[in-house]
Amino acid sequence: MTVVDLENVTFAYGEQPAVRDVSLTVAEGDFLGLIGPNGSGKTTLLHLMLGLRSPDSGSIELFGEPVSSFEDGERIGYVSQQATSGGGSMPVTVREVVTMGRFAHAGHGRLTDADYAAVDDALETVGIVDLADRQINALSGGQRQRAYIARALASEADLLALDEPTVGVDAESRDAFYQLLESLNEDGITIILIEHDIGVVTDRASRIACINTELYHHGDTESFVESDALTEAYGASGQVVHHHH
Amino acid sequence: MSTRSPLRRRLERVGIGLTAVLAVAMVGLLAIDALRSYPVVDVIYEQARIAGWWLDHYLGTNVFYHPFMWRSIATGILIGVVAPLVGTYLVHREMALIGETLAHTAFAGVAVGLVVSSMTGWSGSLMLIALVVGILGALGVQWLAERTDTYGDVPIAIMLTGSFAVGTLIISYGRGMTGFNVEGYLFGNISVVTPSGARLMAVISVVVVLVTVATYKQLLFITFDEQAARVARLNVTWYNTLLIVMTAVVVVGAMQILGVILVAAMLVVPVATATQVAHSFRETLTLSILVGQIAVIGGFAFSISQGLPTGGSIVVVAIACYLLAILASSRSTAAISTH
Repeated sequence: MTVVDLENVTFAYGEQPAVRDVSLTVAEGDFLGLIGPNGSGKTTLLHLMLGLRSPDSGSIELFGEPVSSFEDGERIGYVSQQATSGGGSMPVTVREVVTMGRFAHAGHGRLTDADYAAVDDALETVGIVDLADRQINALSGGQRQRAYIARALASEADLLALDEPTVGVDAESRDAFYQLLESLNEDGITIILIEHDIGVVTDRASRIACINTELYHHGDTESFVESDALTEAYGASGQVVHHHH
Repeated sequence: MSTRSPLRRRLERVGIGLTAVLAVAMVGLLAIDALRSYPVVDVIYEQARIAGWWLDHYLGTNVFYHPFMWRSIATGILIGVVAPLVGTYLVHREMALIGETLAHTAFAGVAVGLVVSSMTGWSGSLMLIALVVGILGALGVQWLAERTDTYGDVPIAIMLTGSFAVGTLIISYGRGMTGFNVEGYLFGNISVVTPSGARLMAVISVVVVLVTVATYKQLLFITFDEQAARVARLNVTWYNTLLIVMTAVVVVGAMQILGVILVAAMLVVPVATATQVAHSFRETLTLSILVGQIAVIGGFAFSISQGLPTGGSIVVVAIACYLLAILASSRSTAAISTH
């Protein structure tokens, strides 16, 4: 089954094109690494896929439905850049954040025992049960990532979309975090990951989409490593973050 | 720091329970006051006045016997519930200035209401017109904030000063006709609380509390992580509008006692106080309502005993609570950092 289907999608901020004529599909169970230089339109493309922005032209489908009329919000878990980098001063506990994953299910009704059980399960899966009553702002970057993943798991999302989730996270927690993503992917959750560290992406992702406004490569990881897409997309002067683990 | 002590949790629960009882009693008192010409209610009304007389007798005051004081105290207590309730979401959405702006648009509404009521002779229209203009102003602020390219607070600043300017123009224009006490609405005044104004506040309070309870989850999600809430297919624009309209409604109700200039204080200061010491979002809501009650009751006691304005007294007590909370939380941070 196709999770995301983009056809000839174009989007511009005013006169400045951000995404030009991109077509790609994400199938169920894929682990897609979305890479490209700074300002290449990665985040914009992800926002288009999730329906946070509307394309100027082209069509986008989520789980087989046009994205603009897609209503099953609980099927998507989204971890935005700002959610993870910002500290903020709002007093919210980890349990409260993870419980937000159930809000799309509950609507205006009360949360049920099943909702709370899903929250407990999600905390357990990512291994932060002991942090549940701590404030989210008091956590380290790596712990905070896990809390956001737990929120997506609590909502029983089929698709996990992550925008540079490991910025400011130490190397050890980052490895553990990507192991968690791999095991979630093995359990059948589709993952779309924006990551600036190409080494991580080629190690972990099963498929790669490399963009710089236009799509330079879309296919499995092996064919990407053998192709010239990287140098083409980043250009000769482009800086490539590439350290292998 | 990591968990709240059971004693604190119990105290908060008792406090919020007392607040609920007090607020329901105040709504009841306003209902009795409004319906006192009907049979049965008139008996209850007389009994309430006698109870007020005895209360005055024991306290050595001259307050609780008078229905106009019931109205202003009841309005104050209800403000102490709904303003921090709505304010908790506003403050954490970094929209604290919006409350101040809406107070100024409501002031323009009062000005329009003054002119209309002097022309039609219907005094009950004053707060209703302020409410309608306040809500229109709120929608205008949101429309501007979503569409302009400047920094987010520029349209808000324009709206704030602009509506105040329009208000002063209308009041000057209408002065010949009304001769009304504008200072009462600028600085707040117990005697400004009319029977219809108090009834409006009772209705506002019931509606705002019900709506906030029904949309607690959605407002929390949007406040904490707006983008994720959008992806979860919450109608963020709709809930934003709801929050802003509720703020306008609360501001119009609160303006009678606090005055235009001080009304934002009750939206912001109790929440800032609670945020200093609260552990979770739910606790922030609880504590900010408790601080709101302390500020209103303390402010009333201070202003009545000293013969000073109520609005200023309430805000000063709220800020005293805030300073205490800062001291308390900095001490607990120091205690953590030493071990």
